[in-house]
Amino acid sequence: MIDPGPLWLTLKLASLVTMILLVVGTPLAWWLAMTQSRIKPVIEALTALPLVLPPTVLGFYLLLVMSPNSPLGALWVTMTGTTLTFSFTGLVIASVFYSLPFMVQPLQTTFQSIGKAPLEAAASLRASPFDTFMTVVIPLSRRGFLTAGVLSFAHTIGEFGVVLMVGGNIPDQTRVISIAIYEHVETLNYAQAHILSAGLIAFSFAVLVAVYSINGKGSVRVG
Amino acid sequence: MAKGLSVSAKTLNLEINAQFGSLLLHLQARIPAQGVTAIFGPSGSGKSTLLRLIAGFTRPESGLIQLGETTWTDTQNDIHLAPHLRACGYIFQDGRLFSHLTVDQNLAFARARACADRPGPDEAALVTSLGLANLLQRRTETLSGGEIQRVALARALISNPHILLLDEPLSALDADSKAEILPYLTETLRHCDIPAIFVSHSVDEVAYLSDNTLLLNNGRKQAFGPTANILQSLDLDGIADDRDAGAMVVAQITGHDARLCLTHVAVADQTLTLPAIPDLPVSDRIRLRIRARDVAIATHRPEGLSIRNILPVRLEAIEQDLETSSAELLLSLGETRLRARLTRAAVEALKLEIGQDVFALIKSVSFDSRITAS
Repeated sequence: MIDPGPLWLTLKLASLVTMILLVVGTPLAWWLAMTQSRIKPVIEALTALPLVLPPTVLGFYLLLVMSPNSPLGALWVTMTGTTLTFSFTGLVIASVFYSLPFMVQPLQTTFQSIGKAPLEAAASLRASPFDTFMTVVIPLSRRGFLTAGVLSFAHTIGEFGVVLMVGGNIPDQTRVISIAIYEHVETLNYAQAHILSAGLIAFSFAVLVAVYSINGKGSVRVG
Repeated sequence: MAKGLSVSAKTLNLEINAQFGSLLLHLQARIPAQGVTAIFGPSGSGKSTLLRLIAGFTRPESGLIQLGETTWTDTQNDIHLAPHLRACGYIFQDGRLFSHLTVDQNLAFARARACADRPGPDEAALVTSLGLANLLQRRTETLSGGEIQRVALARALISNPHILLLDEPLSALDADSKAEILPYLTETLRHCDIPAIFVSHSVDEVAYLSDNTLLLNNGRKQAFGPTANILQSLDLDGIADDRDAGAMVVAQITGHDARLCLTHVAVADQTLTLPAIPDLPVSDRIRLRIRARDVAIATHRPEGLSIRNILPVRLEAIEQDLETSSAELLLSLGETRLRARLTRAAVEALKLEIGQDVFALIKSVSFDSRITAS
């Protein structure tokens, strides 16, 4: 039988990362959609970097930053007694960076398409910017949030390179589905690899069908 | 106006100096925050830009905007109050109802954030008078253009602003919807105690709705004063549609003729007769619109003519348009000004000269609106 460990770990990782990205990515996407700052292209490019870089590049630098020899990694060790690298926490942090564009870009597109008109209407009714965001922008962006959340979730499930570099292959800590598949193939355990791989294909396909049908026109912009 | 003077008659003080693309908006005006004030001018004259500056949606490079004691914008002291902190409501051309809310919820949105510093309009009465009772549960995308603007009007008034800004609220509507909403708009603005500033490029709307008019041309104030005075002294060419050009005349009702369904009014010391306006009492003052193309000229008082309204006037000016066949005459009857459009051939044939006493034959007078006592 298959080991349910990697399955649960993967779902836990993807859920946590999606929630963190909702909190972090929403203000970032809003700022990108609204700002006329000259540094906007720079921030946009930084956000999009994980789309074009090989995951190993991102993983390599995250590994350096989080390692116990770096200031950040050392601080983490003194505070918690465990290392960031090769831990579930380290995996969450790495995945947040890796999946960031999948949250920010659909949200930014949605916010831009809402435009200034409803914001001005709300302001003319004395709603503060935060009030407007909560009561007008978010309800009008429901589809964008759904798309961004589903894509971030699915993309986190599918990652491999960054996980391998930063997390390694520790059961119940960092051994997610993609790592488990890799190991099964390495050990020539094709039956297990098939079950997990086919399952991921079915899952990803279902998610994308769902997203495209929600969006009607199929115009999900990623990358 | 409305029901007498509002208790807190304030002034909207504007000093604007700002460049927007090719438009230089440069004007000073003190607008009484009372009744309805029209901002009137041709497209591109800066009307809507001015309104957006007042609302705080855009910032002037240099300027001062104050409502009564409250400063909204003061570039010298680096003050720019955020739009949501300004006690002004705004009606947009396209209504801008929230599409994720029903009509009822749109109104509730305004109610929850309304100015609480003084009693607001009676919401139930507004819903009734604007005919919204049957629309409350509807989603906004199912509403017609006229319905959208009625809801937008109710929503803006429920937020109880100190001043209401209307940016061509009828321009997106077809003629039928316009005719449908205009009476609502007039009635509502007159009965609620909220002063309004109304941007329009339609003479009809301005004449129908406003008490005062700020005439704007190319970013500059051309004139400001009571609407009747502004419109009757106005060279409407280039601003209004050609067919609309004419004069506003203030008149006083002197009597009704029930048998012939007529109303008699006095203009200066002369009498005009028009189709009955039965609802208005004698001695009420009203505005009339007399279009230039409805006025003909005779050098002697004609007889045996079907036209009943014949006024002795003095010819003040003749403007000949050398590129067309027409000429426009400015006529005076006491303080009142009229306009007549003739052919240049007629001007020549009658040997019309400035200063000459002639007779204005008025083919049609239309009742415009009642002027409430002030």
